[in-house]
Amino acid sequence: MSKLSLITKGLIKDNPTFVLVLGMCPTLGTTTSAINGLGMGLATTFVLVLSNMLISAVASLIPSKVKIPCYIVIIASLVTVLQFVMQAYVPALYETLGLFIPLIVVNCIVLGRAEAYACKNSVIDSACDGLGIGLGFSLSLTVIGFVRELLGGLSIFGNKLCDGDGMLAFVLAPGAFLVLGYLMMLFNKAKAK
Amino acid sequence: MEYILIIISAVFVNNILLAQFLGVCPFLGVSNKVSTAVGMSGAVCFVMAVATLVTYLVQYYMLVPLGIEFMQTITFILVIAALVQMVEIILKKISPSLYQALGIFLPLITTNCAVLGVAILVVSKEFTFGGEPHMLNLAGSVVYAIASALGFGLAMTLFAGLREQLDLNSVPKAMKGVPIALVTAGILAMAFMGFSGLV
Repeated sequence: MSKLSLITKGLIKDNPTFVLVLGMCPTLGTTTSAINGLGMGLATTFVLVLSNMLISAVASLIPSKVKIPCYIVIIASLVTVLQFVMQAYVPALYETLGLFIPLIVVNCIVLGRAEAYACKNSVIDSACDGLGIGLGFSLSLTVIGFVRELLGGLSIFGNKLCDGDGMLAFVLAPGAFLVLGYLMMLFNKAKAK
Repeated sequence: MEYILIIISAVFVNNILLAQFLGVCPFLGVSNKVSTAVGMSGAVCFVMAVATLVTYLVQYYMLVPLGIEFMQTITFILVIAALVQMVEIILKKISPSLYQALGIFLPLITTNCAVLGVAILVVSKEFTFGGEPHMLNLAGSVVYAIASALGFGLAMTLFAGLREQLDLNSVPKAMKGVPIALVTAGILAMAFMGFSGLV
């Protein structure tokens, strides 16, 4: 498969949120606005690309019995690196996303790609795969955040459209489930055509 | 009194699943039948209580004195993974019947973000239960973990009951499976919002 198609398949065909239904916790928990969703998506992409590369490089050295613990240690180290980077350069976003940054360790997308793709393929291919899946994840999180922000706060990327309050429920917990459910329905409908 | 407030807050007001979005993967994955939902909740309750106890001790007697709090993520996930393995082995020896009931759910719990989430929450967030905001002590942390797990179990069991009924109805084709489950969860979350402001 060409490198480009490896990257693009993560966007629609193998979209981690709408098709594979993985990594639901950050998808629901961090998408109160488009910017937060994008930030969370890019943070996950960072970990995903590096963990895919590292794991595909060392996969042949790890005995199969202990591979999952080894992968988890690699991913956890990368998440710690990410925590330092975010604390230094985007402290405000780090505060907003809070608990969900360390929880990237247990995001099933990261471990899933390591197990399903990175351990069997070359370093470059794995990096492209991680980038594609990561961008697909970022895209869906941004879309969900965009819809919730628009309906709940009447604003787009933090810019207020008009005065007045939106439907506050969409920024709160129930809105996350509802918006994701209906977007997934639209996605299924579009795909069936 | 404080413990009662912790329990009400964690079970109803800040329900771990419906208000904090931790552990949504098993929530959507293994909630097709009430019996499996109850089994999963039992296993989560057990592991969460033990994991929080151990990670609390690790945080305050190992990481803080050595000044290596940044190792929190790695240490906690390793402790939880090892603990789940150990619980599995011990249960198999001591209580085969409990192992039969919980066994298949235990390996799934390592990657349940609710367990790691609660372990990190209790050592990093200040709680306000009856008075000034303060860090939870050891007993408070374990109570909080058990109450969170009970909240998880409550939401999970309710949701499984709803899904069992949902299977009997005809649903539009594009809504089948996960989308309708998410919309149902949204309505359930809305019902739980009625508890906000209680504590």
